[in-house]
Amino acid sequence: MSFLTIEHLEKSFGANRVVKDFNLGIEKGEFVSLLGPSGCGKTTVLRMVAGFETPSTGRIAIGGKDVVDLRPNQRNIGMVFQSYALFPNLTVADNIGFGLKVAGKPRAERTARVQEMLKLIGLSELGDRYPFQLSGGQQQRVALARALAPSPHVLLLDEPLSALDAKVRVSLRNEIRAIQKKLGITTIFVTHDQEEALSMSDRIVVMHGGIAEQVGTPFEVYNRPATKFVANFVGMLNTLSAEVIDAATGRVRIGGTEATLRRPLPEGKVMLAARPEMISLGLQPGRDTVLDGTITSVDFFGSVIRLRARVDGSDLAFDMFNTTEEPPPAPGTDVRLSLLASDLLLIGEN
Amino acid sequence: MQPEQGTRRGALRRLPLVWVGIAPFVLFVTLFLILPTLKIVIGAFQAGDGSFTLQNIRDLATGSIPAAFWISIKISVASALLGCAIGFAMAAAMILGGLPAAIRGPLLTFSGVASNFAGVPLAFAFLATLGPLGLVTVFLRTQLGIDLRALGFNILSFWGLTITYLFFQIPLMILIITPALDGLKREWREAASVLGATGPQYWRMVALPILFPSLLGTFALLFANAFGAVATAIALTGSSLNIVPILLFAQIRGDVLGNPNLGFALAFGMIVITGIANTIYIWLRARSERWLK
Amino acid sequence: MSLWTRLTAWLALIFGLTYFLLPLIGMAEFSLKMRRGVYSLDAYAKVLGDPRFQETFTYSVVMALFTIAFGVLLVVPTAYWVRLKMPWARPYVEFVTLLPLVIPAIVIVFGYIRLYNTSSWLPLTGTAMGTNVLLMFGYATLALPYMYRAVDTGLRTIDVATLTEAAQSLGAGWITVLGRVILPNVLVAVLSGAFLTFAIVIGEFTMAALLNRPAFGPYLQVLGANRAYEPAALSVIAFAITWACMGLIQLATHLSKHTKAPR
Ligand SMILES: Nc1ncnc2c1ncn2[C@@H]1O[C@H](COP(=O)(O)OP(=O)(O)O)[C@@H](O)[C@H]1O
Ligand SMILES: [Mg+2]
Repeated sequence: MSFLTIEHLEKSFGANRVVKDFNLGIEKGEFVSLLGPSGCGKTTVLRMVAGFETPSTGRIAIGGKDVVDLRPNQRNIGMVFQSYALFPNLTVADNIGFGLKVAGKPRAERTARVQEMLKLIGLSELGDRYPFQLSGGQQQRVALARALAPSPHVLLLDEPLSALDAKVRVSLRNEIRAIQKKLGITTIFVTHDQEEALSMSDRIVVMHGGIAEQVGTPFEVYNRPATKFVANFVGMLNTLSAEVIDAATGRVRIGGTEATLRRPLPEGKVMLAARPEMISLGLQPGRDTVLDGTITSVDFFGSVIRLRARVDGSDLAFDMFNTTEEPPPAPGTDVRLSLLASDLLLIGEN
Repeated sequence: MQPEQGTRRGALRRLPLVWVGIAPFVLFVTLFLILPTLKIVIGAFQAGDGSFTLQNIRDLATGSIPAAFWISIKISVASALLGCAIGFAMAAAMILGGLPAAIRGPLLTFSGVASNFAGVPLAFAFLATLGPLGLVTVFLRTQLGIDLRALGFNILSFWGLTITYLFFQIPLMILIITPALDGLKREWREAASVLGATGPQYWRMVALPILFPSLLGTFALLFANAFGAVATAIALTGSSLNIVPILLFAQIRGDVLGNPNLGFALAFGMIVITGIANTIYIWLRARSERWLK
Repeated sequence: MSLWTRLTAWLALIFGLTYFLLPLIGMAEFSLKMRRGVYSLDAYAKVLGDPRFQETFTYSVVMALFTIAFGVLLVVPTAYWVRLKMPWARPYVEFVTLLPLVIPAIVIVFGYIRLYNTSSWLPLTGTAMGTNVLLMFGYATLALPYMYRAVDTGLRTIDVATLTEAAQSLGAGWITVLGRVILPNVLVAVLSGAFLTFAIVIGEFTMAALLNRPAFGPYLQVLGANRAYEPAALSVIAFAITWACMGLIQLATHLSKHTKAPR
């Protein structure tokens, strides 16, 4: 039995079904991300867990106790919003102490807990400031501290990093994960940013049109996407059209070469996909398939260089590490690319 | 250093030309707003021969003047307080009470109309409703046997004037407080609730403190609004009610106080009171805007 | 949202609407009761046929039109110039334009009477025409807060500097820039300000009464002191005019949203 269980959850606004038969079990202390494009129903799921929306049908249980009939202020949940939602009339310390105050905790206990939380988020000096005097990143850290101060059973975060600029986003990402691990709090994190989900989560729920398409570890979701949507949404993909020669062994023809995927494939034409890092420049040991192409673009990102090569009329993107000995090929250069055929993903057939 | 000095000298040379653009405006407000007001203020401190004196201000404490100020302030406070409370209740009902969204547009338009429907016609509307032969008075007397006059109600009284002023006070409150209520983010309420707060706790600890500057500021504005209202009062009560604007009106018409400079002092007293109220309004407004950024 | 909240909300709304509608109904009903026992439009016929009404109403309408024309000529160039050339002065100008909300009208007109009487350096109240001009300036002062705000808000939505430079690079002078480029772009804002000015001027009592001009407001007050039903009829008309002005403002804003959308 999981700590937080969501069973057959459904939600409709009028005739619009925005969450469809959603099931999820989360273990105590686990960090689970809901990942999907905007409008796919992530926030709605989170708001039902928090108690702001009533499910049309379905069950939500926390610690074995059904919470659907409880009001938000009875659920013992912490929540962090995209817009921070700090109370503008209260100081940072009073914001953090708000949950303890409404719970009627004595002043001494409140002050101690607030100090502890301020230290946790590294803002010990700023307790007397007002929210409008803080940067976005600082405000979001205060919001996190405010949500955690009453020691909730579950922490919900709804795109907490989306309003911040890139640098702060990455550092705060690590900070949130570190605090979550330290406190061992069960967490649901909503995001549309796959990089965030992949780097932070124990498990990811990829959502699409109100449906959970796949639930798995970042490794599983990225390397073994369960559906075409997941494959496309998570990470970057190169598509290759191929013709199946032998369905049983998975032998296909890609352009001028043949390759064996070593797993059964459907008959006829199929759409295969390769992540950029599956493709390497030149012949490499252990890569059994070779493609010929011409470099069309070179993008220098620093430690990594993103190249594109035209193969059989379609562009393939792939990466190489930057080294001083080996400069990247110039556009127009003819190159050989190699990959391991069994890595190829099947994303469509026709 | 050098280029900065250059531009500053350039700006100085251009300054007179730039001013030409707003010269008509400056001339107009000087002649028809600033100078007339200064004339009153200075006159309040002048004796009949033009010499400086504080006697006029001291004389404000004589005769019927203190009573006029007192009842004016009472009416203004009462109509501002009630206007704030009722206007707030209606705006809150419209925005937070789950009323159909279609009500919002018409209610705001109506508020725009009603807040501008002051003066003489408004007085007649209330006379026709709550006056001795008014719709409600007659209905209560003939149908329900309630005699408003016997109960001590008179439209030409403190409460009569207050109820009439509310007709433009409430809509003004609705117009001003609606943006402030819109500014209350849904997330604040949700954050409070998920942290364990009840509805009343949220209102006491978050919403009302956030709205407080707007509420108090609007109160000041409504106060000044009622304090300066002349036409409604005169049309409603003639000269039977002794309030400051009516007294000043009579003084301008016919020097009823028998001392022209005392009239200046009376007007000066009005400016001081509405000025204080508006300073409070502007100051609190700036404070609330700082928070709501 | 709980049932209790909803119920309270409806109660607050209904209470408020009752308070607002009763005087309007009372006024309208009273205005129809001139003939004993039946409802009739007698009061309206009587009032509309009264030459004093026609005179004072025409006077107020003409004054309103002049006030609007003067207000536009004063406010549009000023607001434009301040935005273009002296943005640092904007808070001060705005403060000055809000002063008429602070200083009661009766105080302002009191100052006029003392400053521009027959024995002063600018004896405006010496002649009827001079007093009319003075009253028009007074109305313009009362309308200043609304007019300035409307126009300044309108200017905010257009890029004043770029439009001006573009027009000037094509050889336009200042008059052309203002009349042909800026004014059409803030027309809706100007119209809103104009309708509001109209509503204010038509009903204004204090200034006209103290300057002894035959305007609609003082006429209404005198009539109210002597008659029973006609003032109610006139009040209905005044209310209808206020409604019409507000309706026209809404309409103008609405139309502008539609014409601006495809840009
Ligand atoms: N209160 C509501 N009323 C009607 N429709 C809503 C409401 N809240 C969300 N929706 C709809 O539900 C869908 C999912 O919304 P949401 O859960 O916010 O998506 P996400 O957070 O994944 O971007 C959207 O199409 C949205 O328009
Ligand atoms: Mg969302």
